[in-house]
Amino acid sequence: MALVSSWGRLGHWEHEVLALTDREQAGGQISLRRPGLAYGLGRSYGDVCLNPGGWLWRTAALDRFISFDPNTGILVCEAGVLLRDIQRLFIPRSWMLPVTPGTLLVTVGGAIANDVHGKNHHVRGTFGEYVRRLTLVRTDGEIIECGPDLKADWFAATVGGLGLTGLILTAELQLHPTTGPWIDCETIPYYSLSDFFDLSSASEAGWEYTMSWFDCLRGDSGRGIFFRGNPAEAGTRPEPKTRERAVPLTPPCSLVNRLTLRLFNDLYFNVNKRRNRRGLVHYQPFFYPLDHLQEWNRIYGPRGFFQYQSVVPPEHSREAVQAMLGEISSSGEGSFLAVLKSFGDRPPAGMLSFPRAGVTLALDFPNRGEGTLKLFQRLDAIVAQAGGRLYPAKDARMPPALFRQGYPRLGEFSSYRDPGISSALARRLMES
Amino acid sequence: MAEFKRIFIVGATSAIAEHCARLWVQKAPVEITLIGRDQARLERVAQDLLVRGPQVRAHAVTADFLSADAIEKIVQDTVGDGAVDLVLIAHGILPDQQACQDDLGACRQALEITAVSPALFAEAFAKRMARAGTGTLGIISSVAGDRGRKSNYVYGAAKGLLTRYAQGMQHRFAGSGVKVVLIKPGPTDTPMTAKFKDQGTKLIPVEVAAAQIVSGMEKGSPVVYVTGIWQIIMLVIRHLPRFIFNKMDL
Ligand SMILES: Cc1cc2nc3c(=O)[nH]c(=O)nc-3n(C[C@H](O)[C@H](O)[C@H](O)COP(=O)(O)OP(=O)(O)OC[C@H]3O[C@@H](n4cnc5c(N)ncnc54)[C@H](O)[C@@H]3O)c2cc1C
Repeated sequence: MALVSSWGRLGHWEHEVLALTDREQAGGQISLRRPGLAYGLGRSYGDVCLNPGGWLWRTAALDRFISFDPNTGILVCEAGVLLRDIQRLFIPRSWMLPVTPGTLLVTVGGAIANDVHGKNHHVRGTFGEYVRRLTLVRTDGEIIECGPDLKADWFAATVGGLGLTGLILTAELQLHPTTGPWIDCETIPYYSLSDFFDLSSASEAGWEYTMSWFDCLRGDSGRGIFFRGNPAEAGTRPEPKTRERAVPLTPPCSLVNRLTLRLFNDLYFNVNKRRNRRGLVHYQPFFYPLDHLQEWNRIYGPRGFFQYQSVVPPEHSREAVQAMLGEISSSGEGSFLAVLKSFGDRPPAGMLSFPRAGVTLALDFPNRGEGTLKLFQRLDAIVAQAGGRLYPAKDARMPPALFRQGYPRLGEFSSYRDPGISSALARRLMES
Repeated sequence: MAEFKRIFIVGATSAIAEHCARLWVQKAPVEITLIGRDQARLERVAQDLLVRGPQVRAHAVTADFLSADAIEKIVQDTVGDGAVDLVLIAHGILPDQQACQDDLGACRQALEITAVSPALFAEAFAKRMARAGTGTLGIISSVAGDRGRKSNYVYGAAKGLLTRYAQGMQHRFAGSGVKVVLIKPGPTDTPMTAKFKDQGTKLIPVEVAAAQIVSGMEKGSPVVYVTGIWQIIMLVIRHLPRFIFNKMDL
């Protein structure tokens, strides 16, 4: 038995852990170790990657490439390959991942199972849209090859399927041509929520990457920094040196409190306000600003933290986001990172894919127990009212009713589940 | 045409060896020969290296690791008349100490696969490297070989044999173009040590171990402790007086 936690560090739970190392043997290994759940790098915040009392099948050592075609950009690899390794190897060869989340320390399997999105959803959609084939192995030994045009129902269940349809062994990905590692970026300070919406809609046509940081301690009269970027033309600049740092210890209490938040937000706003408004930025700090600070999740102290990420449809997004920010500023539970981004209107790749047209708001809150959970209930009510939903990859506490309401294809999804697989999230939200 | 570096890895499906190979193929054009016991697994490793390196030729070959004749033959067949740039000998198992105490068959098998077989491979490659007068031979021993301890002396003794073997070869090749690098990893995060991880031991990430081995072999350092801190820890453990050491539960 080993104690395992996820990125939010809300607790450590006993699991039996099996490290998968060879794709030919993995099917046999998991069939003997049930009920289990695939675990990539545990970069999910809540309980989607946990299975207390049962098995975890670690996939990080299933990290072999299988083939790459430099003419078409088609890459076949095992599901434990890190997005970091794909970017490092292929950007110098003029190919990159079309869609990545805000960290590269994620496995291909984890990116598929949560159907992750990045800063360019309005142009490129989700990670799952670039998966051409995947091999799924079920705990009864059955192997299912599927893709958007082959057993499309299995594919739609597995993309965004929260690891519950089987173990993804390998995937065939379509990479995107790139001119190099530089992003032509613009940083724009703004002073109200309504400015955010204006900037967002004005930027969508001409900019591949958009996202925004918002100071949610100020509620209505809020301020923020809007970032937008496009791939830059091939340049001859040398790669910058990146230095990795780590938060060495978990402090005895959370370093995130009202005072530090205010300081942080003031600092962040003022530094970015004065920054060069337009310039070239290397893709790493642009896409993955936190990756050089390893284990930053420790700053929240031993009780961990929650992320609350919602999306609400366009017709209600202004009022809903406004109402959520209002609740947060009046609750006194500030958030370090309030990230706002508009999603485009695209058909989802998976039955349970999170992104949908509208605005997504992501917030981190230190776990202060009752008070934090009470705030979430008020936010839930706003999300439900607006017809929105929460992101399971980030969730540790949403009520089952909100999940059912947000994901109408849940019933259909159930018939694709692997009975040998379970997770804390499945038991909490799907009753098994 | 670029010059292809010739690299040989014995025990190429071991996690540390595989990660060293990944680093080598990214650095320069290489022709890499992977020697192991399971052809299909070796081929999966080779396939991966072909994608990672811009210029790679990879061969996967199996051999009987316990037969002196088979070892001589496979080294002859793969090396041929050419010179060798790098050889990494990486195989071995971490046996259950108690099982070896209970069953001499298990004990013997562990000693043979972890000590005798790597020594024979080293000797066979050394013969060819001596002839060519160049090349670097890396042998993966372990910090466990520095002093016998009750919890794992079968493994420790096997690795101790490799440590002495490498020292002797260093003496033999002193002043020549051949370099012998003795590698001593501390507990590294690989499938072999998975059960220690569950027990909460802090393990060295395999990428870190591989990076230090690759740079140690590049420099031709006689001894590479992975990580360096283990040099100090083992210095202390080696020099602890016996009356103290024997009271410790190690
Ligand atoms: C700093 C940070 C920034 C982030 N930014 C974003 C963002 O911008 N957008 C976004 O969408 N997400 C974001 N995330 C969330 C993250 O991308 C997802 O949680 C991702 O799925 C984590 O991948 P993982 O490999 O760590 O998988 P885990 O968290 O270990 O597992 C995630 C799910 O995948 C399943 N799974 C893993 N491997 C397999 C497999 N081989 N077969 C079947 N199922 C499998 C697991 O069972 C689990 O259900 C961020 C996370 C962090 C820490």
